[in-house]
Amino acid sequence: MLAALCLGTISALGQDKIEVGEYASLSGGNASFGQSSHNGIALAFDEINAAGGVLGKQIDLITEDDRSVAGEPSTIVRKLISQDHVIAILGEIASSKSLEAAPICQENKIPMISPGSTNEKVTQVGDYISRVCFIDPFQGKVMAKFAISKGWKNVAILTDVKQDYCVGLANAFRDSFTASGGAVVKNSTYSTGDKDFRAQLTDIKPTHPDAIFVPGYYGEVALIARQARQFGIKAPLLGGDGWVGESLLKVAGHALDGSYFSNHYSQDDPSPVIQSFVKTYQAKFGQVPDAMAALGYDAAKMLADAITRAGTTGEPQLRDAIAGTKNFKGVTGDITLDADRNAIKAAVILTIANGGFQFVQRVAP
Amino acid sequence: MIEFIQQLINGLSLGAIYALIALGYTMVYGVLRFINFAHGDVFMVGAFAGFYIAPAVLKFSNGNPSWTGAAIVLILAMVICAILGIVIEKLAYRPLRDRPRLTVLITAIGVSLFLENFGQYAFGVDPQFFPDLIGDHAITIPAWCGPFTDLTIMVSQVLVFVITIVLLVALRFIVMKTKLGMAMRALSVNPLATSLMGVNNDVVISFTFGLGSALAGAAGILISIQQPSIDPLMGLQPGIKAFVAAVLGGIGNIPGAALGGVLLGVIETLVVGYSDRLHIPSGYRDAVAFFLLILILLFKPTGLLGRVEREKV
Repeated sequence: MLAALCLGTISALGQDKIEVGEYASLSGGNASFGQSSHNGIALAFDEINAAGGVLGKQIDLITEDDRSVAGEPSTIVRKLISQDHVIAILGEIASSKSLEAAPICQENKIPMISPGSTNEKVTQVGDYISRVCFIDPFQGKVMAKFAISKGWKNVAILTDVKQDYCVGLANAFRDSFTASGGAVVKNSTYSTGDKDFRAQLTDIKPTHPDAIFVPGYYGEVALIARQARQFGIKAPLLGGDGWVGESLLKVAGHALDGSYFSNHYSQDDPSPVIQSFVKTYQAKFGQVPDAMAALGYDAAKMLADAITRAGTTGEPQLRDAIAGTKNFKGVTGDITLDADRNAIKAAVILTIANGGFQFVQRVAP
Repeated sequence: MIEFIQQLINGLSLGAIYALIALGYTMVYGVLRFINFAHGDVFMVGAFAGFYIAPAVLKFSNGNPSWTGAAIVLILAMVICAILGIVIEKLAYRPLRDRPRLTVLITAIGVSLFLENFGQYAFGVDPQFFPDLIGDHAITIPAWCGPFTDLTIMVSQVLVFVITIVLLVALRFIVMKTKLGMAMRALSVNPLATSLMGVNNDVVISFTFGLGSALAGAAGILISIQQPSIDPLMGLQPGIKAFVAAVLGGIGNIPGAALGGVLLGVIETLVVGYSDRLHIPSGYRDAVAFFLLILILLFKPTGLLGRVEREKV
């Protein structure tokens, strides 16, 4: 009913434009995520509009900043739906933020596609919520198997308890790692925004872990790595896609050399799809696209593809077209949504060496 | 045992950081009875001032860490923050001086939000790496100390601790022994009577803000040397913790702020370090610390070193 009302307003407002909303952390602690995914989305829509748009209409992107602050996404998303009458919403990277906005999108019957929220619960909110990335049970399993394959039996875990993403990934890793015969020698926690991790590291050090699993976000991970090395802890750190941020290596220096993390794609991948994306992105924004930029790009392209296949922006046709996405050729891999609207695709493991990320291996689902 | 001593050192070092920021908070409150919520953001500006000045200063030592360079950066950042503090007082607080305290308090929150957003606009939103000014490294503990050689103490941690004590003593000296300090104390008791005695209140208040902001600037540099990741929102969390430390010690009381900061740092660290054995999830660190705060304030409402003041009716 509400959606029908919204649609009525849109067609009354103008026939030539499709309004798509985006909420992202363009400022604040996770700004690197928001800016990358925003650039990726903007690039995708620019390309689509230059090629004539979808269904003969141009796509108009309305972006709002949630400042990485909890509580903001719900306000912003309500605004996008009720004032801007968007037909679909893209966002966010951090799972806690997506989990805030998802119930609102579901309630208003507006499809939401998350570019990079990997926490399992996000798409469980309802059938209007989907994502273009893999989920944490998979990501956790990939890193757990990798640790076992390296012969690391004793691992300490250091988690950010304020982030659903970090807690979910830590649990996924712990389950898979202990099931494969590994032992978690210490579970320690911190909170987003902390800068002093000496208490946790002092506690971890005497357990002599082979590796430390730190499934946090780049801002804190860089300082954790530095302080761990100051304490003489030489064990490599392991992590997930939350490590991807421009400042990670700037702040960490050499402290993360020899550490590993799982990611959605590698910009060094020689595949022509990736290389051409890297080239156009670099020409436009002057920097190499990270995984969040690639995911933003894929989310936007996947939405446009679904609109074309549905032949309308009406519901529930658009919702069903998104859910029915099969073998969509994205930059981050071939995207097929499963019954829970999670993308089934491969992960890559990267390592840090010579001041950059290096491709280690690709892990198929 | 060694682990416990290490945790105490960690706690003292974290507490010294809170104390350093709390000093400025408490001094401004002591004189003006006004909580300057923008204090944490002046602290952030101090860190960024250092970030932009440091490369120019380090050129004289060919980009290598140097103590003289660090001292110059520290002093310049303090001067910049002092000027900023005086300007903020002049533009935002002075026009409201005769209004209710609440008006000024809300304005302070406004100034804080302005500095945070201006910082994001001017400095960028991503964390930046603060250059290593002093060649920070772990202190080698001589072998005759036996098991104590396992302790990890960074040069920067000692530096923060020493400078906090030096500033504490200097501040106490200024407030208690100088003419200007006497004027500050007089003003805190009765501004009208003070001006009748021939004291220029504007000058004293400007000086108070300048001094408080210079302290925030010093804290910004010292903390960034120890935790070299700076961003425009870095003042938020330490600002709140320092405020709590100041209240814990008795707001307005300078040694109290230092005591409160150290206490808060040690409690937080011990909760995290011994969460397993205490059966408290380490994520409850703040909850435990603030519970203790409530407990202390229940029994000593003026804070640990605060004095009871009678309101005249």
